[in-house]
Amino acid sequence: MKNVYINGVGAVTVQGVYDENFFGKETVPLNNVNYAQHPSYKNWITPAMIRRMSTAVKMGIYASQTALDDAQLTTPETIITGTGMGCLQDSEKFLRSLIENQEQFLTPTSFIQSTHNTVGAQIALRLQCKGYNFTYVNGANSFENALLDAKLQIQNSETQNVLLGGIDEISDYTLSLLEKIQHIKKEGESIDFKNPQTNGVPFGEGAAFFVLSDEKTAETYAEIKDVSVFNTPNKQDIKTEINDFLHQNQLELEDIDAIILGKNGDMAFDAVYKEVAEMFHKTPQIYYKHLSGEYNTASAIGFLAASHLIKKQTIPVMLQLNPIQPVEIKKVLLFNQYRATDFSFVLLSQ
Amino acid sequence: MKKVAITGMGIISAIGNDSEENFNALIQKKTGIAPLQNVASVFTHKLKAGEVKKTNSDLIAELRLPEDNSYTRTALLGVYAAKQAVQNAGIEDINEYTTGLISSTSVGGMDFTEKHFFEYFKDSSLDKYITSHDAGDTSNKIAAYLGIKGYVSTISTACSSAANAIMLGARLINAGKLDRVIVGGTDALSKFTINGFNSLMILSDDYNKPFDDGRNGLNLGEAAAYLVLESEESLRQSQKKVLAYVSGFANTNDAFHQTASSENGEGAYLAMEKALKVAQLNKEAVDYVNVHGTATPNNDLSEGRALVRLFKEKVPDFSSTKAYTGHTLAAAAAIEAVYSVLALQHGVVYPNLHFKTPMKEIPLIPNTELKQKQIQHVLSNSFGFGGNCSSIIFSKA
Repeated sequence: MKNVYINGVGAVTVQGVYDENFFGKETVPLNNVNYAQHPSYKNWITPAMIRRMSTAVKMGIYASQTALDDAQLTTPETIITGTGMGCLQDSEKFLRSLIENQEQFLTPTSFIQSTHNTVGAQIALRLQCKGYNFTYVNGANSFENALLDAKLQIQNSETQNVLLGGIDEISDYTLSLLEKIQHIKKEGESIDFKNPQTNGVPFGEGAAFFVLSDEKTAETYAEIKDVSVFNTPNKQDIKTEINDFLHQNQLELEDIDAIILGKNGDMAFDAVYKEVAEMFHKTPQIYYKHLSGEYNTASAIGFLAASHLIKKQTIPVMLQLNPIQPVEIKKVLLFNQYRATDFSFVLLSQ
Repeated sequence: MKKVAITGMGIISAIGNDSEENFNALIQKKTGIAPLQNVASVFTHKLKAGEVKKTNSDLIAELRLPEDNSYTRTALLGVYAAKQAVQNAGIEDINEYTTGLISSTSVGGMDFTEKHFFEYFKDSSLDKYITSHDAGDTSNKIAAYLGIKGYVSTISTACSSAANAIMLGARLINAGKLDRVIVGGTDALSKFTINGFNSLMILSDDYNKPFDDGRNGLNLGEAAAYLVLESEESLRQSQKKVLAYVSGFANTNDAFHQTASSENGEGAYLAMEKALKVAQLNKEAVDYVNVHGTATPNNDLSEGRALVRLFKEKVPDFSSTKAYTGHTLAAAAAIEAVYSVLALQHGVVYPNLHFKTPMKEIPLIPNTELKQKQIQHVLSNSFGFGGNCSSIIFSKA
């Protein structure tokens, strides 16, 4: 079985695009709704295309191309993406116009671009990549579902490299519905990621892409050891699930050099993160959604943070959830869930 | 690859509420396409479609769901078919072995979103449906209904989705990640898809005629179907009867256009060729091709060219079952997987309805009457928007 390495990364986030100094620069404090800070897409996409493309596709193209450049790869063999909600902007545009126009005079453009696999498809089209192309749409572990598939593909020599991404965009109508049912915090409500005092999340959007490969290079970020996704804990509690996952990898709690938690500022669903933090109370703890905001594939930003800190062998101050400093960063565990479903564990190593 | 056993199947479509009803309609040439009835649309009674006869209330009652449930039609159809598959496989304790669910859908809960688009802001009793729009919510509902705690995944690659769910399931079994997995897809009819395909001008105003020179588009349909796949280890213990095997598959991308297929059927050709390679079969081993055959001018020509490129002058018996069920989008590859298994079990090639004249460009003639013969291997094709091309090979048990 082949090893699987992360050799390139790229992202468009609420804090702008990823570069080497991303986790050191000044950050924008989050509001209840947070839009991505976009780069100029001019060098990447023609102006006519920019006007037609949804946020998800633009972010996806930028993040995937920068990840490929970072890994010095021209065309990937395989493309696998995850997106919780897919191409919402085009879906809503088409839906709104069909309702407002009583199903008359519709043009197909937004329908064509509304399918969940549009980002993966557009990337394949521009790179002329005829290989395996999957899109996972399983809520808050869509990215980890894609990651699990990518890892299996490389491990079993089905492909040598994979362009892997997680993308979600904000769209007005869905946003207003999520605000209505208070999955998103109200404007002006207190936001505290460490100790949430209000219900709902600060909402965000973004795209993060990674080049995974069976080859270790001088620029490799980290190795992917294991991935687990599940709808709900089968064992008695989350602690047992984590212990079992570690044991499957011949690891004990103490072997984990840093734990990355998907804490999202929602008081109603913070208990499980508190439980895991308590379990790892001697371990350096990291959070990241105070940078990205919460969305279905925000955990890809956690994966980006993990890749970054394993490569740099230091935990940036802005990511520290507790003051414990690691001696070295060899094994990193990521844990995420959203509203008590769509759980995931990811284990990375140096 | 190591072939993976299929031990159960469940299906609900315009031509029946279980495998037997579907099979009987197929061999008796009974189409399920009729004027649209249950979707409130300007196209009601005008366009033809393949609707499932059961209403949402029928399904809720039969599934014994509580009154205050938040199941959309996509979830209801999915639960109905997945439950049947689990029963068919004789599974009593779902978590006895490591069991996963891989579902697929293209519309998710769109049928409710479009119905309540403006009401959501006026009527709080509808709040429960807001999160049902999400594709992943459908899978979580099916998993919860079946009692699955563990691996749950959702794939959405448009009209090829369920083929990719089957493929992933087989790969996870072979990788030792799961002992059993329920794979398939579900899609309800919605105004969204009806208007979408209508705006693309690829809906037929008549019965769809796959591979006919006069074909003028597709009929949409709704359906759900699931297969139970099991590992050798799980089979050894349960001593269960194997219905058929998944013995090869491939997923490729046409990388040509967001919705149209390339003229030479590049993606389709690559998918079929690779699936045979994965199955370690010669192309002569294919006894029947269940083609994607949507009856759009573009698909059938492109797929036909790919068939000729691969099989040269020896194209195997082939037919499209879309004239029975309509194009059921993310569920299409799952219902056609059930049809492929039934073809293997009964040794039949299904008639391709409404075919009269071969296409001008390539004179391919589908199988138009029920044909009985030994069938060892069936190749099933499914293609989707975004250039997504999938082929799966099913083999006799």
